[in-house]
Amino acid sequence: MAMLELENVHTYYGNIHALKGISMKVEKGEIVTLIGANGAGKTTTLRTITGILRPREGKVTLNGEDLSQFKAHEIVYKGVSMVPEGRGIFGRLTVSENLDMGAYSRKDKNFAPDLERIFNLFPRLKERRSQVAGTLSGGEQQMLAMARALMARPQLILMDEPSMGLAPVLVEAIFDTIVQINKEGTTVLLVEQNALMALSIASRGYVLQTGTIVLHDTAENLKKNEMVQKAYLGME
Amino acid sequence: MLKNWLKRISATDILMWGIGLIIILGVVWGSVATLSSGKYDSAAWQNLIVTGLTLGSIYALIAIGYTVVYGILRMINFAHSEIFSGGPLVAYYLARALNDNGFLAKQPIVGLVLVALFSMFISMSIAFLAERIAYRPLRKAPRLIPLITAIGVSFFLLYTYKGLFGSGIKDYPQLDILKGRTPFLGMDIQIVYIVILISAFVLLAILYSIVQFTKLGKAMRAVSEDKDTAALMGIDVDQIISATFMIGGALAGAGGFLYALMFHQVAFAMGFFPALKAFTSAVVGGIGNVVGAMIGAMFLGIIEAMGPNIFLDGLGVPAPNQLKDAIAFVLLVFILIFRPTGILGERLATKKA
Ligand SMILES: Nc1ncnc2c1ncn2[C@@H]1O[C@H](COP(=O)(O)OP(=O)(O)OP(=O)(O)O)[C@@H](O)[C@H]1O
Ligand SMILES: [Mg+2]
Repeated sequence: MAMLELENVHTYYGNIHALKGISMKVEKGEIVTLIGANGAGKTTTLRTITGILRPREGKVTLNGEDLSQFKAHEIVYKGVSMVPEGRGIFGRLTVSENLDMGAYSRKDKNFAPDLERIFNLFPRLKERRSQVAGTLSGGEQQMLAMARALMARPQLILMDEPSMGLAPVLVEAIFDTIVQINKEGTTVLLVEQNALMALSIASRGYVLQTGTIVLHDTAENLKKNEMVQKAYLGME
Repeated sequence: MLKNWLKRISATDILMWGIGLIIILGVVWGSVATLSSGKYDSAAWQNLIVTGLTLGSIYALIAIGYTVVYGILRMINFAHSEIFSGGPLVAYYLARALNDNGFLAKQPIVGLVLVALFSMFISMSIAFLAERIAYRPLRKAPRLIPLITAIGVSFFLLYTYKGLFGSGIKDYPQLDILKGRTPFLGMDIQIVYIVILISAFVLLAILYSIVQFTKLGKAMRAVSEDKDTAALMGIDVDQIISATFMIGGALAGAGGFLYALMFHQVAFAMGFFPALKAFTSAVVGGIGNVVGAMIGAMFLGIIEAMGPNIFLDGLGVPAPNQLKDAIAFVLLVFILIFRPTGILGERLATKKA
């Protein structure tokens, strides 16, 4: 049984048919990437998994359990965390308070080991703990969004373009962190426009085009695929 | 340079600034005239300031409800005036029962605390129900709709109170221990004012600590910034909104009880003026900002208590105290024109950016 499974999922915004029957699987321990152009429906897919949006048809299951009966905040308690698109941090809360919100779903109060791990991954955040998050730089906000998602100790983490708008050095650091997080036992579903980077750390990938999955293969094969090379890797 | 500047200024701007200038001149002129006449001695001023702070602390308790609900739903809860009055109106019956069976005379402090808690509980319940029944189903509707609904809820409650409690004024039982004056911080102050001030400050301090330091408070602030992201943290947004209404309601109920202590009476329409002033306070302080609401309320309380005597009297207005309610609304209009974000509004906005 896959950890996460989407079966023929259709999602709408009013009349707009954004996801037209998507099926995909993420196995425990994997890094899977979902790539696609602007407006393909990547964010919509993640928002459907987290329960912010509801599929009109089809279903999403987590470890075999149908998620349609749960509200968005209840799905978090099942071990799904999200790093939202455009960071989505709470700008008026401090860095520590943002991290506290990440841990909101946890019953235990023993955050010290998590904070230590997070400050190891992102030493920058440690210095800025009491700073209002809205005044962090873009890269720092991205780190905070990722750190906040980790505070929940998720089994599955969904990331929506974590490298967006970051300098190349930082992009590399962020991807290293994703690999690190995955090694420590968290399954990752990674949405990216930076297809080359995403495919270099993922085991498998799905290619989304206007609400439909047009390709699905191992990362190795996708990198060699002619269509992928043309459309997403910028090769001729 | 000057030409461009002149071009940008419209006739309305000039009119507004003109009116503002006239009001400021009037206030200064009146104050100077009063102060130089020496009509009031320092004890009289002290009294006015204490009265102002006492009123202000009650406005602050009410204003919190406006400001936290606005912060979380971007909605002005016009029914808050009736949420405020519902507590003391219902608690009146408890106060009278405790008074009639002699409990209030034997155990005045326990009795007062009981009545206060009951008042808070009633207002809290009304706030909870108003949100649950009237506002929640309209959460996704355009913003004007909940606003109109709030006015409807306000009228519904107002006339329910009138039907249930009658339109007469009811006298709250008065306690001997609250009568008279006592020295306090080197001043001679009415005991009841001290009780009101201290209770209000304790409640406001508790509220501030909740918002600032508890898991609930942080969740409230997170929800007020971004509901979807808050849900992604596992926060039950509906539950936090309910809690917000309940906190605002409980404080309004406490304010209503203290208001009844100060004026010894309650009536079905008693909520209108204090709540409108609390709303003004919230706007003056920068709506959405808890500390701003407290500062705005103190400011308004003092202006209202001192204003008539300090500047209206000096201007030769015949019955200055009759105009004290007008001052609050002149101030509201003033703030809306010249600083729509309120006292602390701007700082909040820059922090957000
Ligand atoms: N709130 C909305 N209302 C209506 N249509 C929407 C809404 N959000 C997204 N859409 C539409 O749904 C489609 C998929 O959008 P989505 O945000 O999932 O794309 P995406 O793949 O994440 O793109 P990007 O790479 O730009 O983030 C787009 O055509 C978009 O215009
Ligand atoms: Mg997107």
